[in-house]
Amino acid sequence: MALDIKTYDMIGDNAWCPGCGNFDILAVLKQTLADLELAPHEVLMVSGIGQAAKTPHYINANGFNGLHGRAVPPAVGAKLANKDLQVIISTGDGDTYGEGGNHLLHNIRRNVDLVHIVHDNQVYGLTKGQGSPTTSLGQITSMQLDGVKVNPLNPVSMALGLGCTFVARSFSGAREHLSGVLKEAIKHPGYALVDVLQNCVSFNKVNTYKWYQDHTYFIDPDHDRTDLQKAFKLAQEWEQGIPLGIFYKVERPTLIDRIPWLKEGKPLIDRAWTPQDAKRFLADFQ
Amino acid sequence: MEYSILVGGAAGQGIETLAGALEKIIKAKGFYLFSNKDYMSRVRGGHNFTQIRFSDSPLTGYWPELDIIMAFDAETLKLHSERLKKGGYIICDEKLAGEKPGLLGLPLEKSAKELGNPRVAGTIAMGAVAKLLGFSTEGLEEVFQKEYKEKIREINIKAFHEGYQMVTPLFDCGPEKEDRQILISGNQALALGALAGGVAFYSGYPMTPSTSIMTYLSEKQAETGIVVEQAEDEIAAINMAIGASYAGVRAMTATSGGGFSLMTEALGLAGITETPLVVINSMRPGPATGFPTRTEQGDLSFILSAGHGEIPRMVISVKNPEDGFYQIQRALNLADKYQLLVIVLSDQFFGDSSRTCLPFDFDSLKIERYLQKDLPEDHEHHLRYRLTENGISPRVIPGKFPGVTVLADSDEHDERGNITESAEMRIAMMEKRMNKLKLLQEELQEPEYLGVENPQYLCIAWGSTQGPVQEAIEILNKEGIAIGALVFGDIWPLPLKNLEKYAAHAEKIINIEQNYLGQMARLIRQETGIKCTDSILKYDGRPFNAYEIVQRLKKEVF
Ligand SMILES: Cc1ncc(C[n+]2csc(CCOP(=O)(O)OP(=O)(O)O)c2C)c(N)n1
Ligand code: SF4
Repeated sequence: MALDIKTYDMIGDNAWCPGCGNFDILAVLKQTLADLELAPHEVLMVSGIGQAAKTPHYINANGFNGLHGRAVPPAVGAKLANKDLQVIISTGDGDTYGEGGNHLLHNIRRNVDLVHIVHDNQVYGLTKGQGSPTTSLGQITSMQLDGVKVNPLNPVSMALGLGCTFVARSFSGAREHLSGVLKEAIKHPGYALVDVLQNCVSFNKVNTYKWYQDHTYFIDPDHDRTDLQKAFKLAQEWEQGIPLGIFYKVERPTLIDRIPWLKEGKPLIDRAWTPQDAKRFLADFQ
Repeated sequence: MEYSILVGGAAGQGIETLAGALEKIIKAKGFYLFSNKDYMSRVRGGHNFTQIRFSDSPLTGYWPELDIIMAFDAETLKLHSERLKKGGYIICDEKLAGEKPGLLGLPLEKSAKELGNPRVAGTIAMGAVAKLLGFSTEGLEEVFQKEYKEKIREINIKAFHEGYQMVTPLFDCGPEKEDRQILISGNQALALGALAGGVAFYSGYPMTPSTSIMTYLSEKQAETGIVVEQAEDEIAAINMAIGASYAGVRAMTATSGGGFSLMTEALGLAGITETPLVVINSMRPGPATGFPTRTEQGDLSFILSAGHGEIPRMVISVKNPEDGFYQIQRALNLADKYQLLVIVLSDQFFGDSSRTCLPFDFDSLKIERYLQKDLPEDHEHHLRYRLTENGISPRVIPGKFPGVTVLADSDEHDERGNITESAEMRIAMMEKRMNKLKLLQEELQEPEYLGVENPQYLCIAWGSTQGPVQEAIEILNKEGIAIGALVFGDIWPLPLKNLEKYAAHAEKIINIEQNYLGQMARLIRQETGIKCTDSILKYDGRPFNAYEIVQRLKKEVF
C-alpha cells in the first residue's frame, strides 16, 4: 500500500518560477517515495545551492542543504554514518558538473549507495542565466552574449566512462518515465546518477519544455543495460534525438560492502563505545 | 643526569626506525625522554635527524648541545659536529671517520654485510650506543619484539649484540629504573584521544604534518569499528565530516594550513547549521606550500576569522601529548554540547615530537553527546533550530524517531530549518549562534602560569612552545631572575582573568611565538588593550629550545 503523497508535503513558500520543471521533479519524487512506502524520517535529502538545491525545503523528509558544489560529500558522510537512511541528492547541473565536478568524479568511484538527481536545465538558474557545463555550444546566455565558446559536457558518457553503476536520463515532463527511473535508482545498490532534463522558463529560451518534448525519445525497453559499449553509443546521441532511460546498470560492491564491519555491523550511529574501550591501545606506547 | 643524542642521515636510510627503537630502549630503562624530528620534504636522500634527550627527571624540550651523534652520512657530521659537547662522541662508519676528537669510527657496514644484511648497520650502531651509555641488555628482547617484524627480528638482535661488543661504557646514566611510562608523540596522542572520545568517522586528505593522525586512526578502523575515509580533497574531507556529524556520529578531520584554507568555506557551514565538528589544524610554515615538514605558529590570526561571515568558534591550542590527549576529548564534548565548531591548533613540533609521560587516565573520561533521547515535544514539525532560553536547540539524530524529520540549512533559516529572508529571524538566529560564546566563557581554561609570583618579566606563549618556555623560565628563576610565563591553551574565546592579573604588575611583557607578526600579542592587544613590550619571535621553521629562549631574553629584553 502506497503512502499518502501528502505525507511529504511541507508548508511554506516555494521560490521557484511558475512553470518551472523543478515542480514536476518534486511531484514525481514525492509520488515515488510514497509508492515505495519510504517514510519521511527514513529519507535524507541532501543538496547544494541553486534552484534545484532548494528541493529539501519543499519536501517533508530529513534534509541537509549544504554548499554550492558540495552536496555529494555530506551525503556520503551521512550515509556512512547511518547506512539505514535512504539518501537522495538533489542538485543542479552547475552545482554537480561545475563546482562539484571533483566530488562527482570520486564518488562515482566510491560507489556509495546514493541516488543523485541532477536537475539539468542546461543553465545556471539561481544566478540568473549564465551558461552551465551542459549549455550547448553557441547558445546565447545572460553572460555569454555572443554564444558559449566551450563544448558542453555529456554527463551520461562521463558517468559511463567513470564506471558509474547506474546511469540514467529522464525529462521532468515525462513524469511516468521519471518515476520509473527513480524507483529503479532508489532500489539500485550503489551510486545512481539520474540526469533529469528540465525546462527553465526564465533563462533557457532554447531548451524549452516543448523543445525537450520534441527532441527526446525513450530508449527501447529491450536495451541491454549491462552492455557498456551500447550504452556509450546511445550516450553519444543528441542532435538526432535525445535518448531517455536507463543506459547502464550493473551491480558492483559499494564502499560499505567493502568495509566489513560496517556492512555486517550496525550503522555507525549505533556503535556502542566508551573511552575505556580505547584503553587497550595504550599498549602501543608502553 | 641528562644526555642528548642526535641520529642523522638521509631519508630512506631507516633513521626513523632506528631512532624509534633507540627511544624505546631508553624508555625501557626507566628514563624520561623527549625526542623531536627534523626532516625534509623528500622520500629519499636529503638530511633528516631525530634528537633524543633523556634524563632521570621530566623533560619538556630538546637541548642544542649533544653528547652523542650517530652519523649515517657525511652531511650529519658537517651540520652537527659543532654541537657536540666536550667529552661527547660521534659514532659513524669507519669510512666516514676522520681525525676529529671523539670520533668513533666503527666497522658498521662491514659487520652488517658479514651478518648478511647491509640494512642492519644502524642497529649495530645502536648496540654500541647502548653500551656507551652503560645500559644492560636485560629486558631489551621485548623492545625488539615490538619494534621489528618477525622476519628481520633475529638479525637485528644479532646486530645489536655485535655493536654492543665493539665499545666500552663511557657515560654514567646512574641506576636503571622500572619503566612505568608511555612514550607517545603529539599526533599519536591526538589520535588516541579521538578514539577514546568516541570519534566514529574521520575523513581527511594527507598533508604533512597532520597525516600521522589519519594513519593511526586508520590502523585501528577494523578493531574499533570506525570509518576513516581518504577524501578527494580537503573540501570533501570537511563536508563529509559535517554530513556524518549531522547524521549523528562524532566526526573529525585534520589538516595543515593549505588544506585548512580549502576548508574555510565549510567552517561556516558547520557554524550556520550548528553541526558539531572538531577540526585539527597542524601548522607548518606558510604561505602556500611553505616549509612542508617544518614548524610554525603562523595560522593563528587566520583561523580566528577563517570563513566569511560571523560564526562562533572555539580555538584550543595543544601544548604537549598529554595535554593533546585530554583536550581532544574536551573539544569533542564541547562541540556536541554547544553544537559548535572547535578548532584544535597544533603544529609540526607538537605532532612529531614524542615524550614519556604517565599512562593516560581513560577512566575519568566521558563521552557526552547531548542528543535528544526521547521523542521531541515539537515532533509534528520538529524545530531543529528552536529559539531556546540558553540558545542551544534540541538535537535529534535524523531517522531515529518515526515522524520526526531534521532539516539543516546553509542559508539563513527559521526554527524549522527552512530558508528565510526575515530580518527578525536573522537577528534571532545570529544571536542564538553567537550567544554560545557567552556560555562557553564560563568553562574556559585559563592559561597556566609558570614561574615566580609577582614577576618582573611576564612571558606570553601558547600551544607547543610551552615546553621550551617552561624550561627557560625554570633556568632563569634558578638564576634569580623574577620571570614567569602565561601559556595559553584556550585561545578563543580568550580567557582574561590570569592575563589581567599578571599583566597588571609586570614591568615587561614579552610574547614568545613562532611567527613573524606576533599574532598572539596582536590578539591580546585587540581584546584587552594590553600591549606586549617585547617579542621573541622565530620563523625559521625550527622549533624553539629553552637555551635559545634564555639567550635571547638576556640579549634582547633584560
Ligand atoms: C561557492 C559558491 N559559488 C557560487 C555561488 C553562487 N551560485 C548560487 S546557485 C549557482 C548556480 C546554480 O546553477 P545550477 O547548479 O545549475 O542550479 P539551478 O539554479 O539551475 O537549479 C551559483 C553559481 C554560491 N552560492 N556559492
Ligand atoms: S530560474 Fe529557471 S530553474 Fe530556477 S525556478 Fe525559475 S524556471 Fe526554474
